[in-house]
Amino acid sequence: MGYGDVQMIDANGIRNDGRKAGDVRPISIELGVVPVADGSCRMKWGSNDVIAAIYGPMEAHPRKIQRQDRAVLDVRYNMAPFSTSDRIRPGFNRRSREISKVTAEALESVVMLELYPRSKIRVEIEIICAEAGTRCVGLTAASIALADAGIPMTDLVISVASGKINDVVVCDLNKSEDNYGEADLPMGVLPNSGELVFLQMDGDLSPDEFQEAWDYNMNAAMVIHEYCVEALKTGRYPQ
Amino acid sequence: MTEKKDAAGPHDSQRVPLLVAPGEDLGDSEGYEVGHGVIAIGGRIRATKNGRTNVNGKVISVEPRRTAYMPRPGDLVIGFVEGCTNNIWFVDIGAPFNAILPMSLGPSKTDFGGTRSVIDIGEAILCRVQEVEETHSSVVTMKGMGLRKIRSGAVEIIDPHLLGRLIGKQGKALRQLKEESECRVIAGENGRIWIDGDFEGTLEVRNRLRSMTAEAKAATPGGVA
Repeated sequence: MGYGDVQMIDANGIRNDGRKAGDVRPISIELGVVPVADGSCRMKWGSNDVIAAIYGPMEAHPRKIQRQDRAVLDVRYNMAPFSTSDRIRPGFNRRSREISKVTAEALESVVMLELYPRSKIRVEIEIICAEAGTRCVGLTAASIALADAGIPMTDLVISVASGKINDVVVCDLNKSEDNYGEADLPMGVLPNSGELVFLQMDGDLSPDEFQEAWDYNMNAAMVIHEYCVEALKTGRYPQ
Repeated sequence: MTEKKDAAGPHDSQRVPLLVAPGEDLGDSEGYEVGHGVIAIGGRIRATKNGRTNVNGKVISVEPRRTAYMPRPGDLVIGFVEGCTNNIWFVDIGAPFNAILPMSLGPSKTDFGGTRSVIDIGEAILCRVQEVEETHSSVVTMKGMGLRKIRSGAVEIIDPHLLGRLIGKQGKALRQLKEESECRVIAGENGRIWIDGDFEGTLEVRNRLRSMTAEAKAATPGGVA
């Protein structure tokens, strides 16, 4: 049995975890989980468990990274060694470096960095438990933590991934769908303006499938945004 | 409490404090001025911080739930000396950048190279922000009434946006706290509170500050710190 042979969706369109094609895994958000940080958020999304903590604005060190006209975002995405069934060697690797970079670039488009020249805002994203789509959970959690820290932002960034399994486009892939599926399309959306700040694609999608995945992502982002706003307004969002 | 995305203007929020998240639409910007925590984009007002909307006349702003201290000229602050050169002290005032205290603005006449003998590293000072540059570097001064080195008492730290709660209307709450505890309480704009008095009084003020912070953090729906 090879990739693509695993049956992940039945004839009625029910996926292996009981969801329909457009359903999102259950989400819970808790704020202020790291008391020493300026802002923090713990986001559980399916079996994903992510903590994002914000420190700053603070003086940027070393001085060569300082920008005279704006702050710099120092994003560090890290997976705990115990977050997956295969132990992950601790420390930065090629994958975490890439995700840190794309997360920073997505957040830079909403954080009003020009208000804090020569400063640095540290964003720490720690993956405690990984199921699938950790970059999306990390990015969403980081944007909520930034809002919790009182950093001025023009919008929140909501990230979600859709993909293709057994030739069917579905929303918010779980672990087996991510591993054995044909493609996935993570997107970062600004829910109030509908703009896109982050887009990656792994695998192949036809233009129609791409459009379908795009629509799923956009709709899911609006639903998740409501959870996030609720969490920010009430201090926590219980599942 | 519901959000009003279709509202023509932020008129309703004059009566009801509206909790907002960053990016939330607060209505048409026509006839309104933007204050703290909001931005006008494409003729609409949008929140940039998480907090409660506040409409004061024609100025609409968001009172944030949490915020970092940004120095402004004239602020009375409590700082900790972090380092010094022959003629400058570097003072941590809780802002993103350390402030500088030049020898000429120090508490007393100091010889060149004698900065540490006047205020040593780790000591606390009560000072005033004299100047803030565009790049957020600031200069503090100790020339002025009541500005001095802190030699006794304790310094407690609270979130700067909770100062309003501590001080109350026209300083009523703070005055009451001082009378009850029989302590000298000086609140710096950077959220550092100097408490000077006997042990019981200091403890009372400290407990009050901590319970106030805890109350503010346990925000309930419809109410925000």
